[in-house]
Amino acid sequence: MTTALLQPHTESAEFMPAKIDKVSIVVSKGSLDGIYPGLIMANGARAEGITANLFFTFFGLDAIHKARHEHIKIATVGNPGLHLVTWLGGVPGMSSVMTHYLGSKMEKLDIPSIPEFIEMIADTGCGLFACKASVDLFGLTREDFIPQVDDIITVGEFYEKAAGGHIIFT
Amino acid sequence: MSVVSLPVIDLALNEEGFFLHPEDWREDMVPALAAREGIDQLTDRHWQVINFMRSEYFAKGTGPTVRVLGKTSGVSIKELYQLFPKGPAKVAARIAGIPKPRGCI
Repeated sequence: MTTALLQPHTESAEFMPAKIDKVSIVVSKGSLDGIYPGLIMANGARAEGITANLFFTFFGLDAIHKARHEHIKIATVGNPGLHLVTWLGGVPGMSSVMTHYLGSKMEKLDIPSIPEFIEMIADTGCGLFACKASVDLFGLTREDFIPQVDDIITVGEFYEKAAGGHIIFT
Repeated sequence: MSVVSLPVIDLALNEEGFFLHPEDWREDMVPALAAREGIDQLTDRHWQVINFMRSEYFAKGTGPTVRVLGKTSGVSIKELYQLFPKGPAKVAARIAGIPKPRGCI
């Protein structure tokens, strides 16, 4: 506890570790559980007044893909965290069922859907970028992405944008 | 002309600058509290958010997150960040004299 007067606050640098001013978050996976953490971290950074950029690469591009971002699913195969019997995870429709189940839980907790969340994050002033190599690899164009995407950039440009901050790979 | 020195108010804040005792807050402190956050021009829209933060805190026991503010305060997320560039919920909570809103989204 400190007793402060109504004066500019003097952060005592010698007692406090340096604050995080900037983060660049890479989203590389296209599953529900691969995308949400990066979005939550980007949104949380902006809420703390931290400069944030999101960089979508490989299957993470689905998060900003117009046609696909409403249909992001949770992986039920090769996902031991679900505690499902292995063969059951591969049953047709299982991924949709689990996604629906998780979706209804998220709705109850007022966690926004991926399209809504990304729109909100863009409104917070977070940059949204697509990885050029992945865009080329998948034969995509600017028009495949939601309008909030700022640009399609190279890895070199990503590092320029990330300069002076932390990089988080998810 | 005579000059009077009025006593400076001592406010108990935590290490992040949030009020320890929301009841210490008074409306006339707002301009000075806002100035500490780098906001020199307080508009009606700032006040709308600040008043909303307080009423939500006293109604629910916790201040709203940015998402809740965007949905229920009547100020859009975009505008919230224009009004409070350093983080709307956090900065408005400090100015409104309430604890830091908790919530991941």
